[in-house]
Amino acid sequence: MSDLPVSASKPIIEKESIVIRFSGDSGDGMQLTGNQFADTAAFLGSDLSTFPEFPAEIRAPAGTPAGVSGFQLHFGSKQIYTPGDKYDVLVAMNAAAFKVDIAKLKTGGIIIANTGGFDKKNLQLAGYTDNVSPLDTHAVDNYSVYKIDISRHTKDCLEQSGLGTKEIERSKNMFVLGLLFWMFDEPMDYTIGFINEKFGKKPDIALANINTLKAGWNYGDNTEIFANRYKVSSAHLPPGNYRNITGNQATAIGLIAAAHQANLPLFLGSYPITPASDVLHELSKYKTSNVKTFQAEDEIASIGAAIGASYAGALAATTTSGPGMSLKAEAMGYAVMLELPLLIIDIQRGGPSTGLPTKTEQSDLLQAMYGRHGEAPLPVLAAATPSDCFETVYAAAKIAIEHTTPVICLTDGYIANGSEPWRYPQEEDLQPISVNFATQPNTDSGAFLPYKRDDRYVRPWAIPGTPGLTHRIGGLEKAHETGNVSYDANNHELMTQLRAKKINAIADAIPLASIETGKATGKLLVLGWGSTFGAIKTTVTELIAEGHEVSQLHLRHINPFPKNLHRLLTAFDKIIIPEMNCGQLVKLIRAEFLLPAISYTKVQGLPFTTAELKKFCLEQIKLF
Amino acid sequence: MSHTTPPLTAKDFASNQEVKWCPGCGDYSILKQVQTVFPAFGVAKENIVFVSGIGCAARFTYYMDTYGMHTIHGRAATIAAGIKTINPNLSVWMVSGDGDALSIGGNHFIHLFRKNFDIKYLMFNNQIYGLTKGQYSPTSEQGKVAKSTPYGSVELPFNPPEVALGAKATFVARSLDRDPKHLQAMLTRANAHKGTAFVEIYQNCPVFNDGTFFAYSEKETKQEAALILEHGAPLLFGNDRSKGIRLDGTMPQIVDLNEGTYSQTDLWIHDESDKTKANLLARFPDFDLPLPRPFGVFYAELRPTYEDLLNEQANELIAKKGKPMLNKILAGEKTWTVL
Repeated sequence: MSDLPVSASKPIIEKESIVIRFSGDSGDGMQLTGNQFADTAAFLGSDLSTFPEFPAEIRAPAGTPAGVSGFQLHFGSKQIYTPGDKYDVLVAMNAAAFKVDIAKLKTGGIIIANTGGFDKKNLQLAGYTDNVSPLDTHAVDNYSVYKIDISRHTKDCLEQSGLGTKEIERSKNMFVLGLLFWMFDEPMDYTIGFINEKFGKKPDIALANINTLKAGWNYGDNTEIFANRYKVSSAHLPPGNYRNITGNQATAIGLIAAAHQANLPLFLGSYPITPASDVLHELSKYKTSNVKTFQAEDEIASIGAAIGASYAGALAATTTSGPGMSLKAEAMGYAVMLELPLLIIDIQRGGPSTGLPTKTEQSDLLQAMYGRHGEAPLPVLAAATPSDCFETVYAAAKIAIEHTTPVICLTDGYIANGSEPWRYPQEEDLQPISVNFATQPNTDSGAFLPYKRDDRYVRPWAIPGTPGLTHRIGGLEKAHETGNVSYDANNHELMTQLRAKKINAIADAIPLASIETGKATGKLLVLGWGSTFGAIKTTVTELIAEGHEVSQLHLRHINPFPKNLHRLLTAFDKIIIPEMNCGQLVKLIRAEFLLPAISYTKVQGLPFTTAELKKFCLEQIKLF
Repeated sequence: MSHTTPPLTAKDFASNQEVKWCPGCGDYSILKQVQTVFPAFGVAKENIVFVSGIGCAARFTYYMDTYGMHTIHGRAATIAAGIKTINPNLSVWMVSGDGDALSIGGNHFIHLFRKNFDIKYLMFNNQIYGLTKGQYSPTSEQGKVAKSTPYGSVELPFNPPEVALGAKATFVARSLDRDPKHLQAMLTRANAHKGTAFVEIYQNCPVFNDGTFFAYSEKETKQEAALILEHGAPLLFGNDRSKGIRLDGTMPQIVDLNEGTYSQTDLWIHDESDKTKANLLARFPDFDLPLPRPFGVFYAELRPTYEDLLNEQANELIAKKGKPMLNKILAGEKTWTVL
């Protein structure tokens, strides 16, 4: 750090946690800026949660509200479970960003505005038709506003760099990042390392970015406009080794780890789709680890190839989102009939149809449960946080392989793109996954019966290349044990029941559910699944601290449910189920247990805020 | 392939399942020719996988005593691709009908050829939907009167070899159910080809489209109607092989060798490696001429297979970078420790 500026001139105010919203045009590099800040904060020991939010269009009309791309970061010295309801700091790179995001800035919060993005043209594009900058109106009365012409400062800084106007324009996010690093007393070296690595072959661009970064820092340090700096101390996280990880990265690594522990090649069949593509991108980097990624011609081909790969003896997966799930439905039913291991990972987004590609939702649960023709049950798991995607995918792979079944794994856009520090495991911490390829005929007569089941109703996985076990499988109904085509009425009913029993028997192999927060009995239980975990955890923790009798239970396994779930649920007077859909888990709980669970829903393409969830819980508590 | 077992016979490739095609179906002959030639390939049964879609033809899988997957409508190519990617040592054969391959499976059909997996693709073309009881198919001729087109189909059909060539297939051939010797020869050629080998097999559907291809198989007509392609040989057909085809620029022209104007040396010499001519051969039905229908290998090209390129890439990367330990992958690039 010796060559980096050190500031000691301005007082530093200690904060327990801070929420920053980086907001700008889609081309302004807000995602990169936010990620760099998050990585640096994580590296220095803060706990954090991030929430990237961007439009579906790659470059929506520049300067308009439709083109605003935001990155929200909540970091703190306490444990952080959500990206925060409202922010302390809003970085607005243009008028449109200001317009879109000002509503969620806390009263008394800080606005860092790039005045270069509030000129006449930008005001018009943002819809401020009177050409009056909102920064000069009462709209900002309750905030501390720092007006900085970031565009011009970047230009000045890079005048001699030899870079073109476009490249200079693109560097202004580094000025912001430098300024924010100064403001929150975070070092620049992580980002400098990143820049040098990213632009290794273009040293002039690397240098320009580093100079702009430092200029931003120096601007904070040298000018008189900032009176204070802020500091967030390290969080008291459990001891261990940490990395920062997004949900999609964790999903990818979970697959690699499971294949490694099962000693199988990993096959991913996928077709690009938001917000799932990053899993394909991530896995395609691991070709040296017996990972084969297959970008198929369409969604159907991607699951078809995965089914073929599974038949040939791989741990096979397909990753997708809503529209792709719909297209894969027939092949999923086929995989149910074949009873082969397969992971179908649905990174949910707003639906129906193309819906809200870049926004989050939990509305595919009932599709995951029932979205196939015929009686076609399969296990369903859901991940709760970015890092939990690793655990969930790993657990799903273990079930798929050990019970020779397709498994659906649900995550969503919120945790797929969001990140958090992860205390990553070591190889030896991972549960074993046992693969039992059939190698011998399974009858005294020497015949091989591909649908002869064990006591868990699991059929053998016999892969081509194994002598003596040649057999045919297919989508037509199978005769019990022989697997031959059968249209026999009683056999169909038997096989339907056996397929269901096999899935239900997985309940014997999965962990029991447990209360996540609070006591095991009480008045109110908040039952959740998937990415609502953070909002529920924060809400319930706060309610308990305020003296309320509230607990949290969060489900990873939705089909089959953990065996003790009914017992846990009946220990509470009232159950609330918050979901980012119109009430899907609540239907399953009511149907399975005949319990009058209360549904609380939100379908705005956005995660729950702690405030709204808490308000609903308090209303329910008042009714006791 | 890994090892050869004691010599197998055609019977060894018959499964214990009763064959349930309609009496007189062309599929019986195709099954018989496949079972007849397979022993000579010297591949152990366990290293062979048949993958089929949906339709009459797709039931083929159940009748072969090899590994096999009867899949879903149109998707056999996707599943075969996954199998071959994971285990390139397997001999993978696909069986599809014209509807399965070119209608519901059309997208997979073209991409399979482009990627060039080492997969043998037998497409039984009967120009009709059989299993759904007689609707026109994507290869039915315009004007086809069928269940769903009582007044005749208004659509132009696909020409399978033309589509396959357009999709960059590395091996394109045509044969027919009623010429066992020719079909056996084409199956043998397909087996020997390293890459996606497409064989269109004209197949008679005695129930819904009887006799559609008889002109090319029956003694009275086949000499005039069918053109048997042989690499390096002139295009000859007709009774006593007295007719030939020459090229006038890019236009095929039928010539009568008995007239004395042209001799065999003036004729189009078949060259399997010539894609331009292969395209012309495929398009013979399009010309306003009484051109015979070509049978044989239209085109063959050696191009690296998908699975070989994929594995080579991985091996090169491993040679350069080594294989990372799982713990390294779990940790990623940037880590920190909380004490």
